[in-house]
Amino acid sequence: MTDARDSVSFLLGHAPREIRGADPTMTVLEWLRGKAGLCGTKEGCAEGDCGACTVVLAETVGAGLRYRAMNACILFLPALDGKQLITVEHLAERALHPVQQAMVTYHASQCGFCTPGFVMAMFAAAHTAPVVDRGAVDTLLAGNLCRCTGYRSIADATLDVCAAPVDDQFTEAEATTLAVLAALPKGPLALRHGGRRFWAPDSLATLAALVEAYPEAVILAGGTDVVLWVTKQFRELDAVIAIGGVAELRELTTDGGVLRIGAGVCYTDAMAVLAGLHPALGELVRRIGSVQVRNSGTIGGNIANGSPIGDMPPALMALGARLVLRRGVVTRELPIEDFFLAYRHTALAPGEFIERMDIPILLEGAVLAVNKVSKRPDQDISAVCGAFMVVIADGWVADIRIAYGGMAGVPARAPAAEQALLGRPWNEATIRGAMAAIEEDFSPLSDMRASAAYRATVARNLLLKLYLDHAA
Amino acid sequence: MSAVVGTSAVHDSAHLHVCGTARYLDDLPEPAGLLHAFIALSPHAHARISAMDLSAVATAPGVVAVMAAADVPGVNDVGPAMPGDPIFAPGLVEYHGQSIFAVAAGSIGAARRAAALAKIEYELLQPILTIDDAMAQQAFVLPSKTLRRGNPEAALAAAPHRLSGRLAMGGQEHFYLEGQAALAVPGEDGDIVVHGSTQHPTEVQHLTARALGLSDHAVVCQTRRMGGAFGGKESQASLVAVIAALLAQRTGRPVKLRLDRDDDMILTGKRHDFRVLYDVGFDGEGVVSAISFDFASRCGMSPDLSAAINDRAMFHADNAYFLEHALIVSHRCKTHTVSNTAFRGFGGPQGMVAIEHVMDAIARHLDLEPLLVRQRNFYGAAPRNVTPYGMRVEDNITSALVAKLAETADYATRRADVSAFNAAHLWRKRGIALTPVKFGISFTLTQMNQAGALVHVYTDGSVLLNHGGTEMGQGLNTKVAMIVADVFGLSLARVKITATTTEKVPNTSPTAASSGSDLNGRAAQVAAETIRDRLAGVASADFGVPAEQIRFMDGLVSGGGKSQSFVEIVRSAYRQRLSLSSTGFYRTPGLAYDAETMTGRPFFYFAYGAAVSEVEIDTLTGEYRLTRVDILHDCGRSLNPAIDIGQIEGGFVQGAGWLTTEELWWDERGRLRTHAPSTYKIPACGDVPADFRVALYHNENVEETVHRAKAVGEPPLMLAISVLHALRDAVASVGSGPVALDAPATPERVLMAIESRRSQVALAEAAE
Repeated sequence: MTDARDSVSFLLGHAPREIRGADPTMTVLEWLRGKAGLCGTKEGCAEGDCGACTVVLAETVGAGLRYRAMNACILFLPALDGKQLITVEHLAERALHPVQQAMVTYHASQCGFCTPGFVMAMFAAAHTAPVVDRGAVDTLLAGNLCRCTGYRSIADATLDVCAAPVDDQFTEAEATTLAVLAALPKGPLALRHGGRRFWAPDSLATLAALVEAYPEAVILAGGTDVVLWVTKQFRELDAVIAIGGVAELRELTTDGGVLRIGAGVCYTDAMAVLAGLHPALGELVRRIGSVQVRNSGTIGGNIANGSPIGDMPPALMALGARLVLRRGVVTRELPIEDFFLAYRHTALAPGEFIERMDIPILLEGAVLAVNKVSKRPDQDISAVCGAFMVVIADGWVADIRIAYGGMAGVPARAPAAEQALLGRPWNEATIRGAMAAIEEDFSPLSDMRASAAYRATVARNLLLKLYLDHAA
Repeated sequence: MSAVVGTSAVHDSAHLHVCGTARYLDDLPEPAGLLHAFIALSPHAHARISAMDLSAVATAPGVVAVMAAADVPGVNDVGPAMPGDPIFAPGLVEYHGQSIFAVAAGSIGAARRAAALAKIEYELLQPILTIDDAMAQQAFVLPSKTLRRGNPEAALAAAPHRLSGRLAMGGQEHFYLEGQAALAVPGEDGDIVVHGSTQHPTEVQHLTARALGLSDHAVVCQTRRMGGAFGGKESQASLVAVIAALLAQRTGRPVKLRLDRDDDMILTGKRHDFRVLYDVGFDGEGVVSAISFDFASRCGMSPDLSAAINDRAMFHADNAYFLEHALIVSHRCKTHTVSNTAFRGFGGPQGMVAIEHVMDAIARHLDLEPLLVRQRNFYGAAPRNVTPYGMRVEDNITSALVAKLAETADYATRRADVSAFNAAHLWRKRGIALTPVKFGISFTLTQMNQAGALVHVYTDGSVLLNHGGTEMGQGLNTKVAMIVADVFGLSLARVKITATTTEKVPNTSPTAASSGSDLNGRAAQVAAETIRDRLAGVASADFGVPAEQIRFMDGLVSGGGKSQSFVEIVRSAYRQRLSLSSTGFYRTPGLAYDAETMTGRPFFYFAYGAAVSEVEIDTLTGEYRLTRVDILHDCGRSLNPAIDIGQIEGGFVQGAGWLTTEELWWDERGRLRTHAPSTYKIPACGDVPADFRVALYHNENVEETVHRAKAVGEPPLMLAISVLHALRDAVASVGSGPVALDAPATPERVLMAIESRRSQVALAEAAE
């Protein structure tokens, strides 16, 4: 990357900022509190689970600005490039912002520590889509924890102020902001900090060349997992390649009965399309992380990190998805179940990365069910996640794909259970047979999320649930 | 007379909270030369340190000081009531995550990296990790205690029905959003100022002085606000503050110590988990004649506040029920885990979960409606109005309050609806429960029931107020300011409350036991009344009427048809060289409690409430949703209804979290594996039902509290026991046999309880 920039340019509120020479693995939260002197954004957990550090990133999309709430604690500084960073300090001008006023009016702050994060999540919502009912509030605020209020007052404030788009100083300044953002320097980044290197290429070809040239580099997508390596495991990442600037990886297309999702597509962008494919997928994505996490996190990242408890892989296995992997100019395809080799170990070769996933559109008459079972319904990690695709023809099981997360070191198909169903009559006896067969497929572990016995029982019962819900 | 008290004035910091300009400890402007401290934690639960070489730590880049047990100039202990909590492990390590040494460096990163260079050898010892282990080995941090009334053994033997069983309930992480933090700034002559995020500035002051080898007067502790505390910053704030102060003294530079979330959850104490054995005797109507409770709590490695917490559990083993013959035994188990500590309710919730379990078990045994059994056992008229510890229940409103709630919540109809739903649905089941709360208000250590305040009136008529309580979000400062505004007849805007500091009000009690507004509100009222009386004297002379006829209202001082503005009277007083400043002091009257026999009157009064919860469960996965909650709660004459409702809602949801999704999980080596919100699940917005109805029960306190209000901090937490019982009710709709559902009732425990009842059916069918 010859003509790459060596600094990050963005708007802080309405003021252009350029950061050169900073550690590219510093989080936006550390920068705000430690360098910019903006302490309104709070650190509650530093792992993207409490939302106290919620900030808003606005960026140009089409002819307007798109506002998205993000957790500043799991965002590396270069993620700001080309965007407008809005923090709680920027909201009140002459008077409180309507969102802030609503929080005061409804007595929705007690200790106040989580409040800036709620305010920013609500601010983003007020600039995005109307929040029409309590269910929408619950989804909107799933990533913001409050330990004092019990949420009722916050929910009421949100329903009041986010029911319709808010007109504020940001709306007024939109034309100016768009112009200033357009004038910011563009193009790939190549940042250095001591011996540390950070690249943000802006084309697939450059990305492929970089990954091939630096096979040890960490590939950074949304960062919802990778940032924790730095902030929680205190790892030093000396070579990072960010894929966020690669337009080809953000493509989402339907082509000949196949949905193609680029590896850089964040959950939020994929959610509507997946929900269109099947409501169960929309509901699954709604329960992955939170608004903030889905605004950063990508399905590609969820697959590439090889976690046994990622929620998308089981669903993608049930759907028969295939991955397209790229190394340099060479691509190869493989079924997603062949990608996961062992705990946190994948089929990616050195210098190779996920380019996209291809998801076949469900056949007419196919049943899809996805059940994520966790301790807390919202923003939790699965104890077990089961995904089922079944085709019933004339009362017989004509096709079946079953996959589970949380049951082994990798997300995996359940071949014995599938075998117990395929070509058999769709009745309770068959299902009971498959429930018994699950024991051949998995020997789950006990950990802080669930015991082995619970996981095994739930895995069985989810098959029964599938049958009961689709008995007719 | 109250223009301000009784209104729903907004929290005095609300406008700062929403702008991010309310300063928490880590937001304070950093003084020049600030160092950042890091505590190195033990990797073992029980071990002897056989060798420790910190030389590589001390010489690491950026490091200015390293301190371990031998480097503490004063006492190496921050035990609040009795010793046992070393600042740095003195050779013996007694829990995984215990503080071993601390590093001060130019940045937190440098301190952390340096700490990793320590060379420490441990000789591993066998840890005691569970209550059962501790009971088997008779390992206790404190002697067991017994509370006895009547002749429980004989009454149990004579009872027409008798049930015995076992239940368990988990602990709870406070999960205050702001973690523990302190900033220590050295002054001249060896003095030190500690900014702490603490519910107990006086204790931080005293323990800092003791550890640093100073007199109390050389240490100031100041707290503006906390980002949540819930009991977790009562005794637990001291360690962090004292280590910051030790390093500041050692280096002569300011030191900040802020725990990250994981270290905070590993290093600091939590709510006690309990194991309860019970044996209860009752008649065919479900009326209890005798009960025997055997409580065992996991105190962890030290006594901390466990004596008072376990006492309070014993005092709440009756909840709202008359237990004629009672034997309540309490074991305070020692384990090699973090020392458990104060948490909203302070043992009360555990005692109440126990008795509510028994009520439910009796009802299911007799096949009676659980609410009916509860109602039959409520405290009533004499002689059924005396607690097992001998205190008369004066304003016993439980029956009336519960009757009213049952009516407004439509309990009977909904009970029938639940049954109909369950009959019609194979796999989805509903449950409903109503449970009461009666909670004793006062510190059970009588001497702690005192408070001080300091009020200044300036010559522009503005009022500066300081009191010994701390603001952790509960709205204490707002309530106390309202009380003072009313004394002077001023608007709330004329009264400002500043940071709590040991310089202004000395020897304070912690802001705990729900006592904040009762104690500090009264002390502030006394201080303000002293000044008001002086001002009334001035007006009396001016207006030519007796001082008793002078009124302070709407910013005016009036009497005998004349009036002047408050400011004018203040200026007259100043010109007459009258003091416009006063302290105020209050001690709770009427407490007479004998700690030896555990009898008498440990509480000034009781706060009451009741809740109806309804749930729907998925019997295939154990997942559930709380679908509706109705609460009726007694705040006496509410000082601020909006703040009180906020306490009720927040307390309820926190209690629901404790009893449902909040699960602390230690591995076989004694390592807490749920040390962040990714693994420890407090309630989120979606866990709170959209249908959440909260009302205040209008009931002036029979005792002469400030404005006849009642304490509200802790009691509502226990309203959430209704959630656990709604889940029990839903589980009971499947299969047969006992409802084996301990807390926290995670989806896993719910499913396993259902599976157990299903297997009972299968066994019964097989037997036929």
